Amino acid sequence: MHADEHSHIKNEQMKVGLFIPCYIDQFYPNVGIATLQLLEKLGCHVSFPLNQTCCGQPMANSGFASLSKSCDKNFVSNFRGFDYIVGPSGSCVLHLKEHLHDEQHPGEAEHIRKHVYELTEFLVDVLKVEKLNASFPYKVGLHNSCHGQRGLHLSSMSERNLPAFSKPQQLLNMVQGLELKMPSRPDECCGFGGTFCVFEEAVSVKMGKDRIADHASNEVQYITGGDTSCLMHLEGILKRNGSKVKTIHIAEILNSNA
Amino acid sequence: MSHTSTLKHAEAAAQFINDEPRTNWHDETLWFVRQKRDKAAHGLPEWEQLREWASQIKNHTLSNLDNYLLEFERNAKANGVTVHWAMDGADHNRIIYDIIQKNNIQKIVKSKSMLTEECGLNEFLHTKGIETVDTDLGERIVQFRNEPPSHIVLPAIHLKKQDVSDTFHEHLNTEKGNNDPQYLTEAARQHLREKFIESELAITGVNFAVAETGGFVVCTNEGNADMGAHAAKIHIACMGFEKMIPKAEHLSVFLRLLARSATGQPITTYSSHFHKPREGQEMHIVIVDNGRSRQLGRADFRNSLKCIRCAACFNTCPVYRRSGGHSYHTAVAGPIGSILNPNIDMRANADLPFASTLCGSCSNVCPVKIDIHDQLWKWRQVLVAEGYVDTTKKVGLKGMAFLLARPRLYRFAGKMGRGVMRLFPWLVNNKLNPWYKQREMPAPPKQSFRDWYLQNKK
Repeated sequence: MHADEHSHIKNEQMKVGLFIPCYIDQFYPNVGIATLQLLEKLGCHVSFPLNQTCCGQPMANSGFASLSKSCDKNFVSNFRGFDYIVGPSGSCVLHLKEHLHDEQHPGEAEHIRKHVYELTEFLVDVLKVEKLNASFPYKVGLHNSCHGQRGLHLSSMSERNLPAFSKPQQLLNMVQGLELKMPSRPDECCGFGGTFCVFEEAVSVKMGKDRIADHASNEVQYITGGDTSCLMHLEGILKRNGSKVKTIHIAEILNSNA
Repeated sequence: MSHTSTLKHAEAAAQFINDEPRTNWHDETLWFVRQKRDKAAHGLPEWEQLREWASQIKNHTLSNLDNYLLEFERNAKANGVTVHWAMDGADHNRIIYDIIQKNNIQKIVKSKSMLTEECGLNEFLHTKGIETVDTDLGERIVQFRNEPPSHIVLPAIHLKKQDVSDTFHEHLNTEKGNNDPQYLTEAARQHLREKFIESELAITGVNFAVAETGGFVVCTNEGNADMGAHAAKIHIACMGFEKMIPKAEHLSVFLRLLARSATGQPITTYSSHFHKPREGQEMHIVIVDNGRSRQLGRADFRNSLKCIRCAACFNTCPVYRRSGGHSYHTAVAGPIGSILNPNIDMRANADLPFASTLCGSCSNVCPVKIDIHDQLWKWRQVLVAEGYVDTTKKVGLKGMAFLLARPRLYRFAGKMGRGVMRLFPWLVNNKLNPWYKQREMPAPPKQSFRDWYLQNKK
């Protein structure tokens, strides 16, 4: 939508603010590194505002949206003035799009809401990437994270009667040697769900186990996706059960040249 | 049926999952129903248009409900039907009891009505020494077992053939261990036929009440509503006031959506249109509020009243499929129940809006386009603001919010606690860390992304 309105901006003139969600910053720095390198490879001028912390979603989804005001404020002060804000997490980006507000800077908050992109949608809709110099010679299963899919419409949804498409699949198909395998339930939730993962521990883990079994029946070597939180949950279960299947963020695949 | 379980959803769900093979079976059975729904929905090119129409008709009706209810009452009365208004469940039960007493009735059959479950009609009548026979097969099975339905369309979906066989052996004297569905269904048929023949009063639900005609439609697959209503000398139809639609022609939208969404059938086997009592019969309609006008007054939640009780949101919900209907401890379970029930009792049902990952599949299948997952999110905010959330949760999230609003403190905490995830207090707020019970922690990296960035990029 606003992709077209900015299509005259060349990649190198784009000022992109890199949003690295708190989980990724603390536990999965490689996802952040891959995202940054990928955007730079594609010619974007990327900066990482140093005082960023969190989008506020963990509080808001637990019913404490009222507590995330200071978080919102901090986000706005870090990310004002960019043409685009890009983050490798559908869930955090959706939260910002739907809930970011700053009473003192309403215009800047609105600009951010309208120009914050999840990585794969940014690559497809704004940069209009048609080829990637990437190679990943493995059998890979794609986990469609719910907030990316149903919230940001990164792909069509099995419930709806609308034309089929998938931005992450479109990108993975550009990767040399990658054999993509979709699970039999292509868009079932993994069970992470923010604080749901601990307050509804039994259901959360059962959902994760069932997703893994679905992927495992395709004999995949990796499960990938656009949300580190889903992958962290699946990885926790895989490791506990001594599985050989690994998780990897889609940014790491798109940036790989093995 | 009484909801004796006072367990919160998470605990009841954990008990359900303890039997993993049965959980898998429950999940797969309901997923199969979801797939049948997909096939039916995807087979209609106009599906999304129908949903939009249904949503608009219901929105319009809810905005003009006072007028349509009065129009309905006027037309129903003109047809010779007695119309009763019930403020709440107790009122509803008393109205029915009065009719029973006045006519000195002993034998009652009832087809499926989630409203009578909501009002606790069976238990109420039981305390008055009156037994009601549920005639929907699934409902009869759970009634024998003294359990509430676990699903609003498939009341006994939590049970397997063996369970039904055991139940019928005990109550209908069928052969022990005979699990043949045809044999068991035949036994139920013979048993229920007797009940229909001797019944004096038939209670039914209402799927749609049509303002312009004063008539109402009852949808079943077993024909049990008709058997009851046609055999008994008195018919009482019970409806929540949101069942209203303006015109008969609107049925052409809703009847196409209802069964496709519920089970993947093009239409229910029986869609029975009732207008007036037959000669010598009495017909009553009880229109119930029971908190609905309060919900209508909540801007964020009013459109939950668009619901036509198809249960598509149950079948698609990955949490429902793995926790079973009883874990929701309310008459209407599943995602729609989780946005309706806090309105009825906020304290008792404060756990329900949290029994979801907010995946959004419920909103996508909803044939009347209720934004269920958004309302779950909004209920969480209300429940926290009203003080219905555990203190430990509150303390943890307050600490987290404090930290995340302070970049330097956040970074310090990250350095100190990266290995133990101290940053995310819900993960380590006690020794019995629920994350670690069945999952490994992420391996702590050498440095945060920010540290790497400062070292390599600045």
